[in-house]
Amino acid sequence: MPETLSSQGVTVQINGKTFEVARGTSVAAALLLAGQPSRISVTGEPRTALCGMGICFECRAVVNGVQHQRTCQLVCEDGITVETNR
Amino acid sequence: MKAFDVLVVGAGIVGSAVARECALLGWRVGIVTGDGLSGSATAAGMGHLVVMDDSPAQLALTAYSRSLWHHLATHSPKSAEYERCGTIWIAADTEEIADAHAKCEMYVSLGIEARMLSAAELAQAEPNLRSGLAGGLLVPDDGVIYPPAAAAYFLDEATRLGAKLFPLRATAAGNGEVCLSDGTVLNSERIVLAIGADCKLLPALPIQERKGHLVITDRYPGFLRHQLVELGYLNSAHKFTDDSVAFNVQPRQTGQLLIGSSRQYGSASPEIEPAILSRMLDRAREYMPGLGDLSALRAWTGFRAATPDKLPLIGRATGLSDDSTLWLAAGFEGLGITNAPGAARLLVAVMTDQKTAIDATPYLPARLKQQESMACA
Repeated sequence: MPETLSSQGVTVQINGKTFEVARGTSVAAALLLAGQPSRISVTGEPRTALCGMGICFECRAVVNGVQHQRTCQLVCEDGITVETNR
Repeated sequence: MKAFDVLVVGAGIVGSAVARECALLGWRVGIVTGDGLSGSATAAGMGHLVVMDDSPAQLALTAYSRSLWHHLATHSPKSAEYERCGTIWIAADTEEIADAHAKCEMYVSLGIEARMLSAAELAQAEPNLRSGLAGGLLVPDDGVIYPPAAAAYFLDEATRLGAKLFPLRATAAGNGEVCLSDGTVLNSERIVLAIGADCKLLPALPIQERKGHLVITDRYPGFLRHQLVELGYLNSAHKFTDDSVAFNVQPRQTGQLLIGSSRQYGSASPEIEPAILSRMLDRAREYMPGLGDLSALRAWTGFRAATPDKLPLIGRATGLSDDSTLWLAAGFEGLGITNAPGAARLLVAVMTDQKTAIDATPYLPARLKQQESMACA
């Protein structure tokens, strides 16, 4: 729907820093734009979205305090906080 | 001339531990590992290394085995994920506090470290438990391990010492021969059946499958620090007929949580049963409400190998078979991971007429015959 693609941005807190992204941006895309990993693997590797369709679970992050959220399936709401899942 | 000094059938944690112990003697060891999944209970189990006091014999074997694990764990690979996290037995009310006190005194009198936790100490030790619990009993030297990796370590040790693996199914075993699914016949004067609940090779084995469900969560480091078990667990574990569930959660090194436990007789299908699974999870949430907000990755089932008197069968298969070449290391129910090292030591000592570290009599298969004749008298 066109209105969700309006140019007006939303603010997102990613690992403590504030970013503005276009309305309709997925949380996974916001993490990529911010250059932040979604999660740190068991062996300490930074990970980021891979499949982008909710299957691979690589894009899990802490969203509004809730761990292991698949960020490719979430759209950025204004004021949302996102942290790398450790 | 026999080809092997011992043939071990089964490569779960018990068979693997027995093979390693035999290889340490310098014996020529053959291990029949099966043609598909081997060690099904080992793959399914939780890996709680725990002293259990449901009978004096179980207490002796678990305490002995746990002391062996402490030593083994310093050599086992990182992948075995050994962690001495301790067990806390949770007392919900004053009645259970009395049970916990009795358990504590008995452990301490036997030199097993244990101490009571007040309600406040319990809440501090495990902040995600619900409030209002009466207290707990901490057994700090209990631990956890990842069973398949521990079994693989035993098997690697055995093969490093010269043991030979046969990744085939045994179709028959007895009279000094093990027949494999490809027609090969192996010879040995000793055959150890470490076959868990799979009684096809010796149908006289009085082992029943007892189904259990487990759930594993995503990683939540710090959510849980000790293995937590409700004191009512022993009541659940002792029931012979009804399906039962008990609160039993375990922290893994990855930050994942294993959530158990259920016990069922007479359910032979490996499918997950939603009714018992939700009872199990409801029980877990009663003790730890926050579990309900965690995401689970997977649920699965497994089968414990239960004997009529809840003790394993370790020793010559006397009473179940007239074949003097047949030995048993089976029927460990929920304690196969804990008891594998102790059982392996005991079996080897009994096979070689050596003195055993603890009295081996309660585990000898011959007892079943005596119990049977007593029951008939």
